[in-house]
Amino acid sequence: MINYIWLFFIVSSVIIGFFTGRLKEVGDAAIEYADIAVRLSIALVGVMSLWLGFMKIAEESGLVFLFSKLIKPIIKRLFPDIPADSKAAVDITMNISANALGLNNAATPFGLQAMKELQKHNNNPDKSVASDSMCTFLAINTAGIQFIPASVMAVLAASGSSNPAEIIAPCIITTFIVLFIAIIIVKVLERVYPEPSKRLRAKEGDSDA
Amino acid sequence: MLKEIFFIISISAIPFILFFISIYGSYKKVPVYETFIRGSKQGFGVGVRIIPYLIAMLVAVGMFRASGAIELISEYLSPFLSFIGMPAELIPLAIVRSLSGSGALGVLGEIAANNGGEAYVTKLAALMTGSSETTFYVLALYFGSVGVTKFRHALVAGILADIIGIFVSLMIGKIVFT
Repeated sequence: MINYIWLFFIVSSVIIGFFTGRLKEVGDAAIEYADIAVRLSIALVGVMSLWLGFMKIAEESGLVFLFSKLIKPIIKRLFPDIPADSKAAVDITMNISANALGLNNAATPFGLQAMKELQKHNNNPDKSVASDSMCTFLAINTAGIQFIPASVMAVLAASGSSNPAEIIAPCIITTFIVLFIAIIIVKVLERVYPEPSKRLRAKEGDSDA
Repeated sequence: MLKEIFFIISISAIPFILFFISIYGSYKKVPVYETFIRGSKQGFGVGVRIIPYLIAMLVAVGMFRASGAIELISEYLSPFLSFIGMPAELIPLAIVRSLSGSGALGVLGEIAANNGGEAYVTKLAALMTGSSETTFYVLALYFGSVGVTKFRHALVAGILADIIGIFVSLMIGKIVFT
């Protein structure tokens, strides 16, 4: 699927650019964004390393285990595939909290680490296939819970709004409604399109009976 | 009140977490410095591993925006979207918000500059931007980092949630800002 989407972006950009006379801008954007992507990745290394270092301490001191026991009830319901003592629970919680607080640069390393942990518990024979837990995590992440839309408030303030903070409450309400709907959508879809590993298991179950 | 609480949490969260983890670690007799270094060593690998995925996605979205495709889509969608009560000015924003965070902020800035910070349409745009997450970027980056290429229902779920998010922000905005 990603192949088609990517192809669509590239091909349609060139075709549309040709007709709108912006072919040069399209070419420039390709070069410019390749450069931006590398700088962005390198910019992530610092925070990523910082978090991984502290996470190692948290792990070896038993803090991770304590924390994951605390939030086990929620995690177990949303991510039935991951073991109770998994570090994934911590990384997922940290990712969502950091995003909600508007700490986007801090959120990404947590998220990448969460994916790495989830990949360990990916039961699909082909590991390039997403697990249910990964899809659920990304649905929660992209619902984008937001307590402090800092950059949006900055734009409002700059354009002469008398009270930029009035955006906070509606943002919280909106993102929570979207989160709730997103979780329902992803849980329904995972039944409609089951994981390959679960389809396999279901078949084995049939032959036993 | 709520705003102050969130603000305090957001500025003290990171210092508090770093403080707490290191104190607890040394209390449990973990050699904190050596352990930190051991964990931290893996950071560079992750940063380098995500480079191709980021390039692929950012270049594709960057080209798409530069081509004028979003203005074109907006034009075609506008009769339908104004029918459901969405101001025409917000249509490009509704599309960009799933593709690029900085792009969405740019469009918001434009709307705010044209209409002023107090305008209803500016507030709606702010809500729509604040409640968005760049779905394509997150999926490409997060899945890419662990080598997952078959996204299954994650993409459909993400896009559906984005579309629903547009409607929910219009609805909430209408209730709160009028």
